[in-house]
Amino acid sequence: MMVTATNAYNKRMDGRNFDELREIEAKVGVVKSADGSAMFKIGDTIAIAAVRGPRDLYPRFMQNPKGGILRCSYNMMSFSVDERIRPGPSRRSREITLVTENALMPAVDLSEFPNSVVDVFIEIVQADAGTRCAGICAASLALADAGIPMRDLVCAVSVGKVGGKILVDLNKYEEDYEDGSSDMPVAFLPRRNEISLLQLDGGMKKEEILNALELAKKSCVEILEVQRNALMGKYKNG
Amino acid sequence: MGLIIKEKEFVIPGDIVAEGIDYLPAGGVFREKDKIIAGQIGIVSVDNRLIKLIPLTGIYKPKAGDVVIGQVVNISFNGWSIDMGFSNLALLSVRDATSEFIERKSDLSRYFDFDDYIVAKISNVGKGNLIDLTMKGHGLMKLRDGMLIDVSPSKVPRIIGKQGSMINLLKDLSKCQVHVGQNGKVWINGDNCEKLIEAIRVIERESHISGLTEKIEKLLGGR
Amino acid sequence: MDNISREYLIKFLDKGKRINGRKFDELREIEVDYNVSKHAEGAARIKFGDTEVIVGVKLEVGEPFPDKPDEGTIIVGAEMLPLSSAEFEPGPPSVDSIELARVVDRAIRESKAIDFKKLCITKGEKVWMVLIDIYTINDDGNLQDASALATLAALKQVKIPRYDGKKVDYSEKTGKLPLLSMPVECSVVKIKDKLLSDPCFEEEKMMDARLTVGVTENNEICAMQKGGKKVLTIEDVNEMIEISLKNSEKLRKLLK
Repeated sequence: MMVTATNAYNKRMDGRNFDELREIEAKVGVVKSADGSAMFKIGDTIAIAAVRGPRDLYPRFMQNPKGGILRCSYNMMSFSVDERIRPGPSRRSREITLVTENALMPAVDLSEFPNSVVDVFIEIVQADAGTRCAGICAASLALADAGIPMRDLVCAVSVGKVGGKILVDLNKYEEDYEDGSSDMPVAFLPRRNEISLLQLDGGMKKEEILNALELAKKSCVEILEVQRNALMGKYKNG
Repeated sequence: MGLIIKEKEFVIPGDIVAEGIDYLPAGGVFREKDKIIAGQIGIVSVDNRLIKLIPLTGIYKPKAGDVVIGQVVNISFNGWSIDMGFSNLALLSVRDATSEFIERKSDLSRYFDFDDYIVAKISNVGKGNLIDLTMKGHGLMKLRDGMLIDVSPSKVPRIIGKQGSMINLLKDLSKCQVHVGQNGKVWINGDNCEKLIEAIRVIERESHISGLTEKIEKLLGGR
Repeated sequence: MDNISREYLIKFLDKGKRINGRKFDELREIEVDYNVSKHAEGAARIKFGDTEVIVGVKLEVGEPFPDKPDEGTIIVGAEMLPLSSAEFEPGPPSVDSIELARVVDRAIRESKAIDFKKLCITKGEKVWMVLIDIYTINDDGNLQDASALATLAALKQVKIPRYDGKKVDYSEKTGKLPLLSMPVECSVVKIKDKLLSDPCFEEEKMMDARLTVGVTENNEICAMQKGGKKVLTIEDVNEMIEISLKNSEKLRKLLK
């Protein structure tokens, strides 16, 4: 669809710059009995992640003698959105579970835990778009909190094109923007500059995609600092 | 080139601790090409050319010779399965259980029953993290009742102290029985152990702060 | 791994003490937080010590039951999330989750806490359905009472959305949910011959039996559930109800 002067998204509805993230809050150790846990809030999206493991894995046929396996679960609480979500796994949540697992796997080293499983549970308490990315950021903190050996943390953010403009961290309004919205969730291992999650929902040209990726990379550096402070908050300052 | 992050600094996974070939990774860090990178949350520690992390998180790495505390969760014909709070169960086989001669087909629960706690030693860590335990040795025993406190395995050395100084202090002042497992389990038993539990939590939180011994003495009512 | 042997726990109890220093009929410190989930019509987070539960309420328009054509409906669901305890396995709701939800439901329904007639939109055709979802966040014992209290706290917040006959507008709210009663739940466990209220994780694991009692403002008992694999005597039930009646007042005060 042609972007014209009337439908171009010249100013973001919440006043942010195109390269500006919403306000982020992160806290580690929020589920007392878990091996590792974290809360990650970006704008009005809130994700909680908890890690249990490494622990025994049943059924036995799933066990890998060469190393532990990572098993994720992503779920949205029924009241996290305006139109209630029926409890239970949906096709959407199962797909997000899979891409989340694939986003976290390159960062973890489970070779020392053969035949075990590291379970990562993600719950979305409140949603305003960007839930899978918030979930990944929370999960990455929870894995570090649990002491799982990692090569890098994982930072995730959605970038996209709204009303013709490339921008970062879409909120729900922007995701649903009538005059054209493309949503591209991305996850980086920030120090290694490696992409572990990449999806696109909408139309973008190659140059636009590459620009958006640079924007995502920059944002992930900011997210990493928030994650670092959250970990320091628990471990350095007790 | 050289150390990027100073000693005693706090690092998170992925932080580049050093560059170049001058340093060797010794624990908690790994080498990738010309960089040494943190693999866990920890504090950097440098010893000549060795860089390692003092871990601040707590996954236990079992090794032979470790004294650990576990609980019997299963009994089979050839031994006991022991839960050490680790990702796999450990095995205490009949021949390693005691110096007594155990007849075949005897009731093994007479020796160690379901839910019993034991202080055992790891005799071997095999492929796939298969852990063999032995009860033959000094200081290894079945524990009568009591309760367990989870501590981070990285804090166990501080709870034991140099040549047992801290754990002896804890036992003397609290008048409680205490056993510490390298797997992050502290077993206690006694009549008034609340202050002891508090003391252990203080050691966990403030293990790197000076004046800890005095603080613990004060907490437990002094000498 | 059990964190405490049965003998040690009972040794403490025989001396009149609990492992975390509470009196037998004492509740843990309870925290209530309402700033939890803004898209819910009502939501609350409750902590009983380290036990944490989040409850959210959504309202939808649906059909009434044929035998109650002018009454709104309520459905209570609970998920004992694997994230909250090493003992909960992933998968469909366990029978424990189902029991937890049904006992919360029972107290609300039997105390007539919600004025269902006021939730009628068009008799025989459209009514408001009150959909309550309980999620456990950390299990340190007594998820039952924490879930029941969080449910009441969430219901108290509920504002009914606007309905124009075709679609619900969640951004526009009309009045509050018509609540006639606040049925709180109190659970007491029996270990050997000792009765302990608001059990922590270890006490719950070692329990012989448990009695959960739902109590309204008038000290009327609207629901009961015995849990656990062992037995209670009539004296036990008498005493446990007494303890629960006392503690229900304390719980209800927290919702003011």
